Amino acid sequence: MSLGVVAAPARVAGGLFAFMLDVLVATFRFPFQIREFLQQAWFIVTVTIIPTIFVAIPFGAVIALQVGGLIRQFGAQSFTGSAAVLAVVREAGPIATALLIAGAAGSAIAADFGARRIREELDAMMVLGIDPIHRLVVPRVWACVLVAVALNGLVTIVGVAGGYFFNVVLQDGTPGAYIASFSALAQVPDLLQAMIKSMIFGFLAAVVAAYKGMNAKGGPKGVGDAVNESVVITFTLLFVVNFVVSAVYMQLVPPKGM
Amino acid sequence: MGAEVQVSHLTKKFGKQLIWGDVSLTLPAGEISVMLGPSGTGKSVFLKTLIGLIKPDEGSVIIEGVDIATCSERQLYEVRKLFGVLFQDGAMFGSMTLYDNVAFPLREHTKKSESQIRQIVMEKMELTGLIGAEDKLPGEISGGMRKRAGLARALVLDPQILLIDEPDSGLDPVRTAYINQLFIDLNAAIDATFLIVTHDINTARTVPDNIGLLYHKHLAMFGPREMLLSSTEPVVAQFLNAQRVGPIGMSEEKDADQLAAEAGFSMPPLPPITRQLEPSNGLRRRAQRPAGQWCRENGVVPPPGSFEDAVAAPGASA
Ligand SMILES: Nc1ncnc2c1ncn2[C@@H]1O[C@H](COP(=O)(O)OP(=O)(O)OP(=O)(O)O)[C@@H](O)[C@H]1O
Ligand SMILES: [Mg+2]
Repeated sequence: MSLGVVAAPARVAGGLFAFMLDVLVATFRFPFQIREFLQQAWFIVTVTIIPTIFVAIPFGAVIALQVGGLIRQFGAQSFTGSAAVLAVVREAGPIATALLIAGAAGSAIAADFGARRIREELDAMMVLGIDPIHRLVVPRVWACVLVAVALNGLVTIVGVAGGYFFNVVLQDGTPGAYIASFSALAQVPDLLQAMIKSMIFGFLAAVVAAYKGMNAKGGPKGVGDAVNESVVITFTLLFVVNFVVSAVYMQLVPPKGM
Repeated sequence: MGAEVQVSHLTKKFGKQLIWGDVSLTLPAGEISVMLGPSGTGKSVFLKTLIGLIKPDEGSVIIEGVDIATCSERQLYEVRKLFGVLFQDGAMFGSMTLYDNVAFPLREHTKKSESQIRQIVMEKMELTGLIGAEDKLPGEISGGMRKRAGLARALVLDPQILLIDEPDSGLDPVRTAYINQLFIDLNAAIDATFLIVTHDINTARTVPDNIGLLYHKHLAMFGPREMLLSSTEPVVAQFLNAQRVGPIGMSEEKDADQLAAEAGFSMPPLPPITRQLEPSNGLRRRAQRPAGQWCRENGVVPPPGSFEDAVAAPGASA
């Protein structure tokens, strides 16, 4: 009993890890499924792009409002821009991306695989001599990675622009200060680490979703459970990974001197 | 030319739950076998074990010298090319039209041109009565149609072994009769080894050369159809004649009290054995035997009136 409490999650983690390796190995197997990759990338874009914009604007705005208000009390309005950069570019961008990829794309992938599992489509495919990991999972995983990076860029731009709008238009900051303070604190590695983060998030979200969906059992209810679990696991995993990557980044890249 | 499937001492458990244990049987090459059993006795699991989708805990499944239970992934994909499988719900790919579904194995595994593919696909779709539904998506058609489409897809690579899970559930009696005749005709034409899982007593009585019965976590009996149809073994007789009296209850097994109460009753007499369906396409099946041959050879007296019914196949003589 007490062993089961430990063993069950360990088995899931082990299975997930083995699955991840399968995906990586299958990625390099010829031929790469270009068509499926493009179709899926497009599909993921369509389910995430609108929510992304609607999440990103308030993200930038809230940061500008909160930080702006605080900073004004110190009399350091000129740093609002850089605060937005640090917050939006380094953290909010990847996190918002993670939420959207896990919530919108991940749940769609898990539901799709779950339905295929219980309709025995996956079994049928294997019997027809086709490996579903190579055929279906690999293109989805890499489509998710690509879209995650693109979304991260979008969140960054929209977030910074939203911050600009609130800071300059609504809080009477000066455009010059907002933009000038960018270059005071921001540096290129900030963007790079955000891109790397979103790639990792996209990869993990798709792998977890595919794994959970493919292992759904017990009819339609099982599919619902799989989707639910995949979203919860992905969220948890992404926040942990985000912390780790941020911590490593802080160690590797010294903050810019002022 | 069909391939033989040798199953020995096969055991499958899910966790601690034993599905069936120590199942041994041989599906003879080119013959039609039917697997019967109450719901939930693991017939579908058995079928999936034969193609290596489920790994058994013990035992072996040997096809052309390869043990499906232990062979490598690569070998498995090779051996699977011998198989055509119809899953219980058809297992059509939901995002493709029926035509693309049926064409899928050809596009994946052969270098045929689109016009050659079209010819083969249309032939199989005509065989299974799907002409006119080529452009439908699997979500838009009835369960019975999905099943027939699954059959068309299973046939398209000329399999040597056909595994068919409940072809007749969700099909009306007329279509069931057609599909049963189709199996007989197909067997005559392509000489493949068939394993059909079914609940339909009429199918079990008229189609196969061999019958197996899974019951109470083991294989109760497997053998030539006349052997099972003339068997007085209570489980076999009860199931093959769809009776309430016998060891099989509403839940998996009857409880002891109920069995004791029934112990005084004898099983009702066996009904006559009907004739096996014969090919309607003028061909002869390799596994076809004269009616009553097994009974004669084994000194079993069939129930009175056996083999006297008219032959079901059109045009065949008695
Ligand atoms: N992947 C699985 N994991 C755990 N248990 C399973 C799995 N697949 C099947 N089972 C269990 O195995 C048993 C047999 O299932 P199976 O689907 O083979 O029955 P069946 O004989 O085909 O029934 P039916 O005639 O209703 O189709 C069931 O109790 C089912 O719950
Ligand atoms: Mg079944």
